[in-house]
Amino acid sequence: MAVERNLWASLRATTIARVGLGRAGDAPPLGDLLTFQLAHARARDAVGTTLDVARLTAELQPLHVRQVSSLARDRIQYLRRPDLGRQLDRSWADDLSRGPFDAVFVVADGLSAKAVNDNAAAFISACMDRLASWRFAPIVLAQQARVAIGDEIGSRLEASLAVVLIGERPGLSVPHSMGVYITYNPQPGRTDAQRNCISNIHADGLNPEQAAQKAAWLMSEALARKLTGVDLKDAAPDAGGLGIEKGGES
Amino acid sequence: MSGYSSSVNGTRYTFEDLRSLLAAASPRRSGDELAGVAAQSEEHRIAARFALADVPLKQFLSECLVPYEADEVTRLIVDTHDSAAFRKVAHMTVGDLRDWLLGYEADAEALRALSPGLTPEMVAATCKLMRNQDLIAVARKCRVVTGFRSTLGLAGRLSSRLQPNHPTDDLHGIAVSTLDGLLYGAGDAVIGVNPATDSLANCIDMLRMLDAVREKYDIPTQTCVLAHVTTAIAAMERGAPTDLVFQSVAGTEAANASFGVNLGILREAYEASQSLRRGTVGSNTMYFETGQGAALSANAHHGMDQQTAEARAYAVARAFKPLIVNSVVGFIGPEYLYDGKQIIRAGLEDHYCGKLLGVPMGCDVCYTNHADADQDDMDTLMTLLTVAGMTFIITVPGSDDVMLNYQSASFHDLLYLRSALNVRAAPEFEAWLERMQMKDAQGRVRPVTSQTPLLAGIVAGEMTSRGG
Repeated sequence: MAVERNLWASLRATTIARVGLGRAGDAPPLGDLLTFQLAHARARDAVGTTLDVARLTAELQPLHVRQVSSLARDRIQYLRRPDLGRQLDRSWADDLSRGPFDAVFVVADGLSAKAVNDNAAAFISACMDRLASWRFAPIVLAQQARVAIGDEIGSRLEASLAVVLIGERPGLSVPHSMGVYITYNPQPGRTDAQRNCISNIHADGLNPEQAAQKAAWLMSEALARKLTGVDLKDAAPDAGGLGIEKGGES
Repeated sequence: MSGYSSSVNGTRYTFEDLRSLLAAASPRRSGDELAGVAAQSEEHRIAARFALADVPLKQFLSECLVPYEADEVTRLIVDTHDSAAFRKVAHMTVGDLRDWLLGYEADAEALRALSPGLTPEMVAATCKLMRNQDLIAVARKCRVVTGFRSTLGLAGRLSSRLQPNHPTDDLHGIAVSTLDGLLYGAGDAVIGVNPATDSLANCIDMLRMLDAVREKYDIPTQTCVLAHVTTAIAAMERGAPTDLVFQSVAGTEAANASFGVNLGILREAYEASQSLRRGTVGSNTMYFETGQGAALSANAHHGMDQQTAEARAYAVARAFKPLIVNSVVGFIGPEYLYDGKQIIRAGLEDHYCGKLLGVPMGCDVCYTNHADADQDDMDTLMTLLTVAGMTFIITVPGSDDVMLNYQSASFHDLLYLRSALNVRAAPEFEAWLERMQMKDAQGRVRPVTSQTPLLAGIVAGEMTSRGG
């Protein structure tokens, strides 16, 4: 048994997959079962978390913060109707003062609000430090929101770039991961192919500072080249090393 | 357009066309509600079923759900319809066919003979008039046998895909997950990796590694890297060891275009894979995945409900004599199948429709973390599908796919299904398990010890040398 245990310890170093579990008859042993259930419970809980507006507002000071909501009225409708999560509830929209601005940061709950509660303020602050001369719109906190809500917000604010920070779909190994989607000339109807994405921002992945470095590069290039999406990704000299991906729906 | 109607307790319900009638008759699911084609009330839904039951099957041959001129999948369905096989049921309504399918006369041979005479839309229509037990009862009578290095779909058998995915396509990591699965007796349908990166060089590296493992241990199975079909064609041109060609397919031309494929490209890949002649016990070389919601997510559903669109994907699949096909039922997300109940129902529907249309149907029994589903729901679905005679089930280490970030069935689940429902691996693979001394006197897969020959080889350092 000791030989097996040592063997699996070395094999496990090659993958985070759940290999080398034991057996209780045909089933996994209880320890593995409960470990799995805990991971699933954390992922499920992540979907139900909400934007911590008070915390984000405090951490973002002295920046101005505006709150908006999508047309999805609750979590259940949000999950069932992705189309509603992409549209701005107009009753909030009058509050958005017009630009022009170089960029607007939109902090969206997505599928794991805790991910943005934990990472958004540090990311935004690090980005702004790198782009000191830019004109930024007030930070928009968007509830029940999907990535594309940034298109309508950016368009209303007359911002050249919409930068949407959003909680990614929770996984068993990482329940609270933030993604960042950058869109040039945001307008309703933009597709994911027209965005650039930085994903995997969390305590054990990319930290907010590293993510901000990539984002600032992309934002500068996007403004200079007047585009985002596949063409910008291909233009990046070491896009692979930067971990920059084409957009995906969140 | 004549339209369809029924009256329930004095209320008259009308349906503009066959497409909207099928949609209204469908069991409730989030994708049809998202598309705006679902019934407006529970009574409306059942009224649609009454109306659908009375529709003559012949009507499906004259009323296309997607226009013939606009869609190559419709053309495939119409042009390959076998009117001689259809003659047996040509006088029937949808309701008659549902009753006939459940009758004792409809045995494996009768269903096999009828299959080319049925269109996906006819099969989808019967599906809407069936309870879950009906879907199981008819599917388990169907027999679809295919082969490559193992024979799949025989009575009393359940095969499995071993899915050793890795977040960065690390070859050692993939090899370790492959070994893990083999030690549970998984992998007789295919050892198939979803690549994290769809680059040609990467896919060729993975194909070579998987083929080397299979050759080294003389495993009677087939390997596959589930890259885009155009990548597979390029890999074959470069001589990469390719057993099966994979592609995701859907039920409309526009949805397939969103996957970057059409029937011509699939035909090219099919012919290239056929020319390699790598199979030993059979020559089925294609592997397709499908899933309810795929057409809608590409905005290519043409107003059809998602289950009917899904059934049309099986017409695409069967044109290329696949070794295996599976729906990825709970993968696409809660906006299409909201919870465990909807996923379970859809899994049974997909399997039933596939089998009746002559497709070797398996399932990725799975869910995502934003769906209202859990392992208990998956236990129910995998048990029901095994009773229904599914060809194969997808299995991953500990139910956790660490690349695609969703939960599928586990190697342990396969052992449970084999024990609880007395189903066995493909005969060639079963003989290999015996040769490898992995079965006990009761035919069960033994727990691993360091004496297990596969593992003993590893201890001796055969598979783990890190190289560089």
